[in-house]
Amino acid sequence: MSLRTLPLLFLNLGGEMLYILDQRLRAQNIPADKARKVLNDIISTMFNRKFMEELFKPQELYSKKALRTVYDRLAHASIMRLNQASMDKLYDLMTMAFKYQVLLCPRPKDVLLVTFNHLDAIKGFIQDSPAILQQVEETFQQLTDRYGGLSDGEFQLIRQTLLIFFQDLHIRVSIFLKDKVQNSNGRFVLPVSGPVPWGTEVPGLIRIFTDKGKEVKKVEFKHGGHYVTAPKEGSFELYGDRVLKLGTNMYSMNRPVETHMSGASKNLASRTQQEIIAPNPLAKEELNFLARLMGGMEIKKPSGPEPGFRLNLFTTDEEEEQAALTRPEELSYEVINIQATQDRQRNDELARIMGEFEVMEQPKQSASKGDDLLAMMDGF
Amino acid sequence: MFRRERPIPLRGSAAPLCNNLSVLQVPSRNLTHFGVVHGPSAQLLSAAPEGVPLAQRQLHAKEGAGVSPPLITQVHWCVLPFRVLLVLTSHRGIQMYESDGSVMVYWHALDSGEASPVQAVFARGIASSGHFICVGTWSGRVLVFDIPAKGPNIVLSEELAGHQTSVTDIATEPAQGQDCMADVVTADNSGLLCVWRSGPKFKLVTQIPGFGVPCPSVQLWHGTVAAGYGDGQVRLYEAGTGTLHVQISAHARAICALDLAPEVGKLLSAAEDTFVHIWKLSRSPESGRTEVEHCHGECVPDTQVCGARFCDPSGSSFAVTGYDLAEILRFSSV
Repeated sequence: MSLRTLPLLFLNLGGEMLYILDQRLRAQNIPADKARKVLNDIISTMFNRKFMEELFKPQELYSKKALRTVYDRLAHASIMRLNQASMDKLYDLMTMAFKYQVLLCPRPKDVLLVTFNHLDAIKGFIQDSPAILQQVEETFQQLTDRYGGLSDGEFQLIRQTLLIFFQDLHIRVSIFLKDKVQNSNGRFVLPVSGPVPWGTEVPGLIRIFTDKGKEVKKVEFKHGGHYVTAPKEGSFELYGDRVLKLGTNMYSMNRPVETHMSGASKNLASRTQQEIIAPNPLAKEELNFLARLMGGMEIKKPSGPEPGFRLNLFTTDEEEEQAALTRPEELSYEVINIQATQDRQRNDELARIMGEFEVMEQPKQSASKGDDLLAMMDGF
Repeated sequence: MFRRERPIPLRGSAAPLCNNLSVLQVPSRNLTHFGVVHGPSAQLLSAAPEGVPLAQRQLHAKEGAGVSPPLITQVHWCVLPFRVLLVLTSHRGIQMYESDGSVMVYWHALDSGEASPVQAVFARGIASSGHFICVGTWSGRVLVFDIPAKGPNIVLSEELAGHQTSVTDIATEPAQGQDCMADVVTADNSGLLCVWRSGPKFKLVTQIPGFGVPCPSVQLWHGTVAAGYGDGQVRLYEAGTGTLHVQISAHARAICALDLAPEVGKLLSAAEDTFVHIWKLSRSPESGRTEVEHCHGECVPDTQVCGARFCDPSGSSFAVTGYDLAEILRFSSV
């Protein structure tokens, strides 16, 4: 619904991805310099200027397939490799974590604080690289410029857009189950106690006024929760106490990342139905977007002085193999393979269009969106 | 005291939109109709008193240009003097159907011409007053449609200007008195309320500012506006003058739905804090002041409520929908 949502979705999911990769790199005892290189490469790709420029353009959220493909590429932006099963698990964890954060934000506007929490942590990963740090701070500035002045109503729209994107996702995450923030049916716990959002009054009071505006009566009522006033507001500055813990790193050496794939919600059937309405994953618009983004992402071949390595999101290789075999059908992510399209008819159509139009930048509402894509595909 | 009744299963979960439940009571046939938005589709179903689902239908937003299927923003039954129409609003336009959703009688495409690239275009906010149906839009404009007693000759009669930001909800006076000075209220994303007098030409009676906090849901009862806000407050105003009568710190999160049982003056408020509250509105005979009493609070555990409605005119039962929940929860008093 809101056309301003994509940057927030991308940056927060990216932040979660980095938390998980960081934890797994340490758990798997990858040498510190290699681990640092991986994170630096990924962060540098994520915050690439052209990339960010594309991201911040007003647009609808793209499909889950398209987004998943972007993260697939991002995870492979360095010398690290992930098998399909590990990539699936990584994506499951990222999405459930951000869904949790959005759902539990006290105010819709707090999703910006969650984003800042992620960015603060990302800055921590790349302290030794001033150039990348500069990119991250520029993005911070972009966020402040674009979102700092938005109304509560606009943030409510953004929140709804994000929740619509995450609708029907109920993957159970071990760390959430252990911390009792997720129930065994996959739904998140919504606490009815604690501080109210900044700007909200503790519920329980009815105030009656005269026509002149004078308060004549105050009546208390039992509202059912156990709320207290909010202590202070989180900072939206470049540096500051965000107050909110959502979006900070919840993983550590001693808290491994696991997901339970069984007992997936039956509502997934209806979710996949939604996706099937636009069955061809090669929809021009999405390809366009992806191609532009991936123009900046080169897959590094694991050869030369820095040999690559494989990261496993599971504790053992056997577990990873097992996970790949037992993943429920409805939860498989189809990654869009731009280079190896089997759809001959579409190829012919693209080739025809390629011949007819010249390459130029088109604004969003334009009719011939295929042009930019075709220009990029020339280079593939 | 309320007890939980058997829930009614839905084909798809409820979308996290405000006012995401419409109920049409048909006491003559001992039926209740429910309408819930899932996303690109909305589900209508009818149920017997015990909650046994009898028939269901899915409606989709009319397609148009664009990448993905358009999302529906709201579905709502409009009870007019001679007919009942089902109205569906989406990111493309406004669809009106016969009450069972079987036949589309009217389609109005939204004009996105004035929208800046950063603005989402959609219709939202549906209510009927007399033989008019009012529908709100993303720009703040309220479209007024003139509905004939039967047939598809629906005409866009007026476009009301009063709001600068997206309309969230519209409410109309349930009791249609002859000289009703203020019988329509529209609300928007900045919390502004506009009170109107309906007619061949609608007249703006008063405006009640919102100070930036969105007003997702609004109701109108015997000259009193009841408004629910994004900061969990419910406020009651005098419709004709905009004077604030009552302020309730009702919820700990944004309110998503309000409903009225007009015969008994009961108000229902539901919010993202998982709570549903029932209030009794009354007018003090001596002072003429509107008073409010809290009747009941119900917690729907771990559910971000997105829709709530009374299911009978006496307000002794209500239904609730929640984000990610594929069923309609029902409660009735014991």
